[in-house]
Amino acid sequence: MKKNKVLVQNSITYAIVIACWILMQLLSATGHVSSLMKGLMVPLCIYVILAVSLNLTVGILGELSLGHAGFMCVGAFAGAFFTKCMEGVIPSVGLRFFFALLIGAAVAGLFGILIGIPVLRLKGDYLAIVTLAFGEIIKNLINVMYVGLDSNGFHFSIKDTTSLGMEDAGVVIIKGAQGITGTPKAATFTIGIILVLITLFIVLNLINSRAGRAIMSIRDNRIAAESIGINITKYKLMAFSISAALAGVAGVLYAHNLSSLAATPKNFGYNMSIMILVFVVLGGLGNIRGSIIAAVILTALPEMLRGLNNYRMLIYAIVLIVMMIFNSSPKAIEMRSVFMERFKKHKTTAKEAA
Amino acid sequence: MAMLEVTNIGISFGGLKAVDDFSVSIEKGQLYGLIGPNGAGKTTVFNLLTGVYKPDTGTILLDGSNITGKRTIEINQEGIARTFQNIRLFKDLSVLDNVKAGLHNHYKYSTMEGILRLPRYHKVEKAMNERAMELLKVFDLDQEADYKASNLPYGKQRKLEIARALATEPKLLLLDEPAAGMNPNETAELMETIRFVRDKFEMTILLIEHDMKLVSGICEKLTVLNFGQVLTQGDTSTVLNDKRVITAYLGE
Repeated sequence: MKKNKVLVQNSITYAIVIACWILMQLLSATGHVSSLMKGLMVPLCIYVILAVSLNLTVGILGELSLGHAGFMCVGAFAGAFFTKCMEGVIPSVGLRFFFALLIGAAVAGLFGILIGIPVLRLKGDYLAIVTLAFGEIIKNLINVMYVGLDSNGFHFSIKDTTSLGMEDAGVVIIKGAQGITGTPKAATFTIGIILVLITLFIVLNLINSRAGRAIMSIRDNRIAAESIGINITKYKLMAFSISAALAGVAGVLYAHNLSSLAATPKNFGYNMSIMILVFVVLGGLGNIRGSIIAAVILTALPEMLRGLNNYRMLIYAIVLIVMMIFNSSPKAIEMRSVFMERFKKHKTTAKEAA
Repeated sequence: MAMLEVTNIGISFGGLKAVDDFSVSIEKGQLYGLIGPNGAGKTTVFNLLTGVYKPDTGTILLDGSNITGKRTIEINQEGIARTFQNIRLFKDLSVLDNVKAGLHNHYKYSTMEGILRLPRYHKVEKAMNERAMELLKVFDLDQEADYKASNLPYGKQRKLEIARALATEPKLLLLDEPAAGMNPNETAELMETIRFVRDKFEMTILLIEHDMKLVSGICEKLTVLNFGQVLTQGDTSTVLNDKRVITAYLGE
C-alpha cells in the first residue's frame, strides 16, 4: 500500500521531467523557443541537479551546508581538466565528456568525504559556517593554481605560468584566475535532462531504501538512531558525499557548457550556494519534486520577466513569498489537503456516475 | 549465568557521584524494576548500560560477554535495546519505517543494491515489511502503519517505541518510565503489553517506573536507588514494605 504510493509519487516526478523535455523539443522544433530560452536550458538542468543534490544534505540528512557551490567547482575543474588532458588520447568529444562526468563526480565525492569527516562532527550554524568557508577556500585555491602538461608530465605552480618551467611544446591547462580555456561545448539539453533523471533515480531510490531510512532516522533523532544500532558517522558521510558527487556532476555539465571555465564569485561563490539553498528551502525541505519546480521557476522567471524591466525584481520577490507561504505555512498546507480531498471526491463521484 | 551482571559500576560528573557502586544481577526472562526518588540516578544507570556514558569503575556483563565501555551502537548489536523517558521516535517517518529502521542491522543489503533496485533489494524489503508488520500487529499498531509517527496518540507512541526497540532483536530490553503521562486505563493496558512481550519474546526486561501500581503489578524483583547508591534490592513485596524505601520516598 505504502510502497505503491511512493512508487506513484516518484513516477510523477520522473514524468514531469520527461514531459518538460518533450515540450521543449516540440517547441524548439516548431521554432517557438527564443535563443535566450535555448541558452537557459542547460543551466536549468544544472540548477535542478544542484537543488536535488543539496536537498539530500539539507532536507534528508538535515544538516545545513553552504558549500555546495564549492563541490560544484571541484567537479567542474576535475571534469574540464580531464577533458583537456585527454584531448589527444580520446578523440571523441562525447566519450571524453562521459568520462569527465564520472571523474568530476568521483573527485567531488572524494572531497565530500574528506571535508565531511571533520566537518560533520559539527551541527547547525557551525557546520554551515565551515562549509561556507570550504566553498570560498576551494574557489580561491583554484584561482592561484597553475598546471601545465608537457612530455615530462605535469607541472604545478601557485605563482605564474613561467615558474612552471615547462618545455616549449608544453600546454598550460589551468591558468590561475583565467581557469581552463578551450573545453569543448559538449553539453546539450538532452544530456542535461538525462543527468537530471539519473540524479533523481539515485536520490529517490536512496531515500526509499535501507540507507535512506537510516539517514532520515539520524535527522529525526540522532540519539534514538544510535540506540537502535545505526552507524551515525557512516550514513552522515554517505549522504554528504553522494550529495557532493552529484554537485560535481552539475559542475562538469557547467564546464562543458562554456568554452572557458574560471572560478569567479559569480559562478562558484557564496551567492551560488545561497541560491541553491533558496531553491531547496522554497521547494520544501526533503521534497525532491519541490526542489525541481522551485529551481525551474526561479531560474526561468527573471529571464521571462525581462520585458517588464523595472518590475522584474518586484515580481520575483512576490513569487518567492507566495511560494514560501504555499509550501510552508500550516494553513496553506491544510488548504491544499482540503482541496485535494475535494478533488478526489469529485473524481470518485464522477466515476460512480459513469 | 545471569543475563545481565553489573558489578560495582560508578560514574562521577565533576565532584558529583551520580551513580556509585551500583550492582545488579538479572536472570533471563526476569521482569526487573529500578525505582527511586527523582534524581536518584536511575536514568544515568540506563545511560551507563547503553554506552551513552562510560562507567568510571566496575564491569557490565551481558549474557557472559563484557560490554563495559563499548559504544552505544556496539552495545545495541550485543543485545541491549531501550526506550526513552521523553519519547524519541523518528517523527517524520511512517510508523512502519520506524520499525524498519529498528530492523536495520538484521536485514541487510548494500546501498548500491538499494539504489539500483537489484533483486536482493526487493527480497529483503519484502521480508522487512513482513517482519515489521508482524511486530506492529503485536502492539495493535498495524492499522496505523502508514501514519506519520508524530501523528499517533501518546499511548501508541510509547508502544511504537517498544516495538522499534524489539525490532533490533535484543536480549535485554530497557524501558525508561514507560507509563509516564498515561492515564490509569492506558497504564493497565501497558502492563498487559509488557507482560505479553516478556512471555512472547522470552525477553528480559529492566524498567524504571514511578507508578507503584505498575511496579508492584508486574516486577518480580526491584532495586531501589537513592542518591546514586543502592538502598536495597530483592523481591518486590519485601522491598516495597521496607521502612527505608518508604522513608526515601516520603521522608521521615
